[in-house]
Amino acid sequence: MDIDVKKVAMLSRIRLTDEEAAELGPQLSNIIGYVEQLAEVDTNGVEPIAHPHDIAMPQRTDIVTNVNRRDALQAPAPKTESGLYVVPKVIE
Amino acid sequence: MSWEVVIGLEVHVQVNTKTKQFCGCSTEFGAEPNTQTCPVCLGMPGQLPVLNMEAARKSVLTGLAINADINLVSKFDRKNYFYPDLPKGYQITQFPLPIVEGGYLDIPTKDGEKRIGITRIHMEEDAGKSMHEGLDGVSHIDLNRSGVPLMEIVSEPDMANADEAIAYLKQLHQLVCFLDVSDANMEKGQFRCDANVSVRRPGEPLGTRAELKNLNSFRFIKQAIEYEVNRQIELIEDGGEVVQETRLYDSAKGESRSMRSKEEAHDYRYFPEPDLPPLRFTQEEVDAIRAGMPELPGQLRKRFETEYGLSPYDADVLTQTRDLATWYESLVAAHPADPKRCANWMANELLGRLKETGTEISASPVSPTRLAGLLERIADNTISGKTAKDVLDAMMTSDDDADVIIDAKGLKQVSDTGAIDAIIHEVMEANPDQVAGYRGGKDKLLGFFVGQVMKASRGKANPGMVNQRLKELLKG
Repeated sequence: MDIDVKKVAMLSRIRLTDEEAAELGPQLSNIIGYVEQLAEVDTNGVEPIAHPHDIAMPQRTDIVTNVNRRDALQAPAPKTESGLYVVPKVIE
Repeated sequence: MSWEVVIGLEVHVQVNTKTKQFCGCSTEFGAEPNTQTCPVCLGMPGQLPVLNMEAARKSVLTGLAINADINLVSKFDRKNYFYPDLPKGYQITQFPLPIVEGGYLDIPTKDGEKRIGITRIHMEEDAGKSMHEGLDGVSHIDLNRSGVPLMEIVSEPDMANADEAIAYLKQLHQLVCFLDVSDANMEKGQFRCDANVSVRRPGEPLGTRAELKNLNSFRFIKQAIEYEVNRQIELIEDGGEVVQETRLYDSAKGESRSMRSKEEAHDYRYFPEPDLPPLRFTQEEVDAIRAGMPELPGQLRKRFETEYGLSPYDADVLTQTRDLATWYESLVAAHPADPKRCANWMANELLGRLKETGTEISASPVSPTRLAGLLERIADNTISGKTAKDVLDAMMTSDDDADVIIDAKGLKQVSDTGAIDAIIHEVMEANPDQVAGYRGGKDKLLGFFVGQVMKASRGKANPGMVNQRLKELLKG
C-alpha cells in the first residue's frame, strides 16, 4: 500500500524534508502491509470487539471535585495574559 | 424549471450536567477564564478520562424522547485535528457506534405535520473558546468550555426549506428544555446549529452540499439557509458548479464566505478511543430512564386542551416552556373555578406585561397565588375585568395583594341597585334628547348610555348590572 507521507505529515503537523519523506514512505507502507495480513483471517461469525480489554466502563457521578488551580496549571504555558492562553493568531 | 432544496441539520447541544464529560471540573457558565480546568481537560500527558454517567443518562433520555433506538453497547472514538482550543489534539466523540440511532421528530409545516428523521445522537466533548477580536497577531484561549458534555444530534436531509429547518430546530429546542437535558441558551452557545444545504432538479440525485457553520440564532439560521440556496441556484444557472465546502455566515453582512483552510483538515483520521472501554447499558437501566420521562410538550398541550378546556392556541402558548406550564397549573390550583379565565389572564395580561420588561415567568413579580386572588375578585363581581387590569398593573410593581389595592384605591365595584339607578337617572336627566331617541327606536344609543353611566361612576359600576338596569329604566 502506497502512503502519501507528505499528507500524513501535514495532518500531524510534522515537518518533513524530501529526504525524510522518501525514507519514511516505504517504512510506513511496510508497516501497513504487515498489519494487512490480519485481513486474511476468516472472521465470519466472530463478534467485533470495541476494545481489547474486557472491562466495565469506569463511572463518575456528577459532582464537582476539581478546584481552581489556574496558576499551577498555566505555569508551563509559553505565554498567558489575564488568565488566558496566548497563541499565534489562528483565524483567517 | 424548478429547484428542490435539501437541508440536513447537525445540532450541538450542551448537556446541563454540573461537571464535564470526562473530568470533575465545573461547567458553570461565565467563570473567570481557565479557572475550571484540570490536567484531563487541558490534555496533559498521561491523564485518563472518566465518563460522567449523568451525561450518558441524559443522552439516553433524549434518544427515548425522539423514539430512537438506544444502543446498549456504544463506543468512543478519537477525532483528530489541530486547533489551539483543542488541547489534546483530538476530540473524544462517537463515530461508528453512537449511543442513539434512528429517531424522528414531527414538526408543524404549512402543509400539516411532517416527520423529520434523526439519524443519530452521539456523545462528545466541547472545545475551548478562542478570542481574536481586537488582538494583534495573537489569539486568546479560554479552556473552561473544554470537555463540557455535548450531544450532537444529526438529522436526515428531510427538510425542504428554511421554514421547515426552523420548525425542526424550535421543536428540538423545546424538547431538550422540557427533558431538562440542556439549558439550550443559544446566546451562551448551548444550542448550536450547522446546516448542510444542497439543491437539485426534481427527481435527480442529491446535489453537492455546502456546510454552513456558526449559526447561533433562529433568525440567522433562516437568513443563512436562504442566502445559501440562492447562491447555489444562481451558481448552477450561470453554468457553475457547487463545491463541497464549509462556509461561514456573516450575519452583519448577510452573506457567507468559504473557509478554505478548513478543507485540508477534513481528514479526521478517526480511530477507537483506547482510554475508554465500551459504554454499556442494560435494558432494565434504559427502561428505568424511560420511566422517569417527564410529560413532553405535545402530551402537555393535549392534556391542557382536554383537562382545562383551553383553545389549541392558549394550550400552545402555555406549554412553550415547562416553567410556563407549571406556573399555569399552580394558578389553576389556586383558582380552580375557572381554568379558562386563568389561561386568558396569564397568556394575555400577565405574559404581555412581562414581555414589556423582558422578564421570564420564573421571575414574575406576581405569583400564581396573587394572580388567583385578583381573579377571585372578578369572579365574585367585586371588580370588573377592566378595573382588574389596572389592579394587575399596580400589582406588578407592588407586593400588595389585589384586595389591598382594591381597598386602597376604592375600586370596589358598585353592584347596589339603588346606587346604580341613581346614576342612571342623573344621566337620563342630563341627556333628554338621547332618551327620546332611544325610546323612538334608536336601540344603538344603549351603548352611549352605558358609557355615560360608567364614566359617571368612574368605572366602578358593575357593567352587567348597568346594562340590565338601563334597559329597564329607559323603557320609561
